[in-house]
Amino acid sequence: MIALLIRDLRLAFRAGGGFGLGLGFFLILAVLVPLGVGPDPATLGLIAPGILWVGALLACLLSLDRIFALDHEDGSLDLLATSPIPLEGVVAIKALAHWITTGLPLALAAPVLAILLNLATPGFGVLIVSLVLGTPALSMIGAFGAALTVGLKRGGLLMSLLVLPLYMPTLVFGAQAVTRAAQGLDAVTPLLLLAGITAGSVALLPFAAAFALRINLR
Amino acid sequence: MASLWEYANPVKFMRLSGWLMPLSAVLAAALIGAGLIWGLFFTAEDYRMGASVKIIFLHVPSALMAINAWAMMLIASLIWLIRRHHVSALAAKAAAPVGAAMTLIALLTGAIWGQPMWGTWWAWDPRLTSFLILFLFYLGYIALWSAIDDPDTAADLTSVLCLVGSVFAVLSRYAAIFWNQGLHQGASLSVAPGERMDLSYRMPLYLCMIGFGLLFLALVLAGTRTEIRARRARALLTRERARA
Repeated sequence: MIALLIRDLRLAFRAGGGFGLGLGFFLILAVLVPLGVGPDPATLGLIAPGILWVGALLACLLSLDRIFALDHEDGSLDLLATSPIPLEGVVAIKALAHWITTGLPLALAAPVLAILLNLATPGFGVLIVSLVLGTPALSMIGAFGAALTVGLKRGGLLMSLLVLPLYMPTLVFGAQAVTRAAQGLDAVTPLLLLAGITAGSVALLPFAAAFALRINLR
Repeated sequence: MASLWEYANPVKFMRLSGWLMPLSAVLAAALIGAGLIWGLFFTAEDYRMGASVKIIFLHVPSALMAINAWAMMLIASLIWLIRRHHVSALAAKAAAPVGAAMTLIALLTGAIWGQPMWGTWWAWDPRLTSFLILFLFYLGYIALWSAIDDPDTAADLTSVLCLVGSVFAVLSRYAAIFWNQGLHQGASLSVAPGERMDLSYRMPLYLCMIGFGLLFLALVLAGTRTEIRARRARALLTRERARA
């Protein structure tokens, strides 16, 4: 399983793997929003938590097809399915690889963009913590969505319709945590709920995703 | 007493639904008609909301069925996943557009009532937001059904989506409550003393609710029958092609 993780990471980091595209998208979004909304620092500070979380969400979404689609095309997914590792484990490892290449860099880059968006200082720590806690759920839910649509020709648009509603609770709690912290309020409750969603997704969704993959590989 | 599972047999299901569908359709029309006429013309106006309160006779039953349709899809999906009865999967497929329509009716009637009463067509109230999210879940479910060619694969995948979606729909509901305070009133049929509606309002409302339930039943049966016939036609075509 560790070999599989290293393989996925290597594929993502090397040329053509698309690592950094998510980050680039995140940056562009943080530039586009002030251009659309106007440069008023107070307004930007007010909407910064929501923008950063929606940006992280969309950046995650855009890279989801990397999880299974490429392996499905070249046939390595069939090999993985017949390998001695349980398919649930394969799903979990692939989601982990997706998180390391997408969620974690987003969480680390978010404070820089938060400066651009004029987020209030007390929100910075919670922003990183909430993204680190919440993005694993995004990767796992996304892996489920990718497993559902892996055999389809134009799965991308459909996948966003399937996955984005599932992202809503994560978005609410993540953005609420940052908003509360930025206003100087206690952010522990939404952070705990966010961690709960992540724990639940990581524990249960590999089974659902593996079930969907088995059907698609039938 | 015949077991419910007998109707997993498409022939028996077609025979049963052949008379049950028109019967429930006629009953639904009668009950909704009676409930609406009673509710709209023979009840007193509310002392604050005037006649606009009477949209409740459409709003509450459709909202009720919007949620129950998803619950029915969930049960039908479970039956499909556990016992592999095709009728069950097709019933879930047939229920989705009806449920989506009910959700839309609830949202629209709510907006029409909200404009004069709250002064706005839409507010980001937890209940309204959860219903909008429910509508998106319906759209995703319908889209997944229509995207997959093989009927059994589609039934399997949509069933899994329905199970996972149910969990996240409930999560979204509570996330929405966490996220914003509401404008919407509490339960319309609350039995708490002092909150209870007068019997003259409840009776036509009950009629409409039963009528909407029967309407849902009739529409789902009609949809399921269409799906079964479509599948039969496809099987016949395949056989003809194989012979030729």
